[in-house]
Amino acid sequence: MQVSAVRYSDVLVVAVKGRIDYMNAEEFKAALLPHLVNCAAGRDQIVLDLSRLEYVSSAGLRVLMIAAKEVRPRKGRLVAVSLQPVVREIFEISRFTLVFDVFDSVQDALRALSPKAAAMTHTG
Amino acid sequence: MRVRFWGTRGSLPVSLTAEDIKVKIVEALLAAAGRNLKTRAEAEAFVARDLSFAISHTYGGNSSCVELDLGTDEYVLCDLGTGVRPFGLDVLARKGPRTPCTFHVFMSHLHWDHIMGFPFFPHAYIAGNRIVIYGCHAGIEETFRKQHAAPCFPVDFSRLSAKIEFVKLEAGRRVRHAGLDVTPKLQQHSGDSYGYRFERGGKVVVYSTDSEHMPDDAASTDEVVRFFRDADLVIFDAMYSLADTVSVKEDWGHSSNVVGVELCQHARVKHLCLYHHEPVHDDAKIASVLRETLRLEEITRSGHALRISSAYDGLEITV
Repeated sequence: MQVSAVRYSDVLVVAVKGRIDYMNAEEFKAALLPHLVNCAAGRDQIVLDLSRLEYVSSAGLRVLMIAAKEVRPRKGRLVAVSLQPVVREIFEISRFTLVFDVFDSVQDALRALSPKAAAMTHTG
Repeated sequence: MRVRFWGTRGSLPVSLTAEDIKVKIVEALLAAAGRNLKTRAEAEAFVARDLSFAISHTYGGNSSCVELDLGTDEYVLCDLGTGVRPFGLDVLARKGPRTPCTFHVFMSHLHWDHIMGFPFFPHAYIAGNRIVIYGCHAGIEETFRKQHAAPCFPVDFSRLSAKIEFVKLEAGRRVRHAGLDVTPKLQQHSGDSYGYRFERGGKVVVYSTDSEHMPDDAASTDEVVRFFRDADLVIFDAMYSLADTVSVKEDWGHSSNVVGVELCQHARVKHLCLYHHEPVHDDAKIASVLRETLRLEEITRSGHALRISSAYDGLEITV
C-alpha cells in the first residue's frame, strides 16, 4: 500500500495504491491523515485518487470515514475519484457512496472543487 | 445438528402492515398475469418458482430466538426474544402440555429484545418442565425476576410453575452442557454481550449477535477469527450498513454484512447467516442486503467459497 500526493493550486490529489485490509489499515491511516491537516473551507480541498487501489476492506473504509469526520467540522471537501470496479462495488455495498462524493476522474473532481486547480491541469 | 430460527429481528419485534400485504398480493398478481393457474398445486409451484422470497414470504418480525436441534429429548435455545413464543407453541402442539420438557437457554445478553419473550413462553407456567438459563452476565436471575414484577407484568416470577435454574458461565472457558461443548466469548456491546461457539460431533455453530467489531483493530479481529475458525455456520449480527457502523451508529453495538463476510472469509467459515435484522427494513430491503452480500463475497473471494443466507423466522439450516 502506498500513498502519494500532488498539489494543484488549492487541491491536494492524494493517490492510494495497492490493497488495504485490517493488517495495514493503521499504516494507511498514518500515511493519509497528515495530508488532511490543512483541509478546510477556504484552504485545501482533497481528492482521493483511488484508480490504483485494488481492494479496500472494512478496516480501510473505517480509515476513510475517520478522514471524512476529521475534515467535516472544518467544512473541508474530501472526495473520491476513479474507483476500480471492485472498489466501486465495495463502496456501494457498504454505503460509502453516501459518505463520499465520487467522481469519475481527477479532472471531474477538480472542476467541481476548484476552477483554479482544474485550469492548472489543463495547462499541464 | 439442525438450527431453527424462531426470531430474527433486531432491537424490537415488528409485523407486516395491511399495506405491506397488499403490495405483496399486487406484485404476485402482476407476476401471475397471463398464467393459467387452475389448481392449488399449480399456484404453489408458481409461487415457489416464479416469485421472489420477499414477495412470496416474509423475513418475519420476532426478536432473537434460535433453536439448536440436536435430535435429543432436550431443547437448546439461544436467547429468549419473542421468537420463543412460537417455539413454545410448536413444542406444545407436538408434545402436548403434559410431557415434561427440559430447555437449555444460552443468553447473549439481557437487553429487552432478548428476554421479552420469556413471559409468553408457555412451558414456564407448566409444572414438570425444567428451564436452565446460561449466561456470563452477573444478575441474570434478577433481570428475569424484574421483567415479571409489577407493574411490568401481571404474573410474578415466583408464580411460574416450571423449575427454573440459572448457570453462570465464564468467557473463554469451554464447558460441556446440554450435550454440547460451549465456549462463550465477550463481545463489544453496551453492557457487554457474549457469543457462543457450540461444538458437537465435529460440527461447529457460532451464535454471535449484538456484537460490534472494530475493523481496523487487528488484535480483536484476530480473536474473532479464532472464535469463528472453520465453523460450519456463523449466525452474525448484520443489522446496519458498514457506513452506519463507523459513523452515526458507531458504538451502538452492532455490525454489518460487510464485516460478517470478511471475518468469515478469514476464518474459513462454511456458512454465514445474516441475523438481527434492522426493524426499519422491509422484506425487499433485507432481500436486497442479501443480494449485495452475495455479490461482495463473489468479488472478494480468494479460493474459499462462503455460503451466505439471510435468517428468517422459520428458516432451518442443517449442519
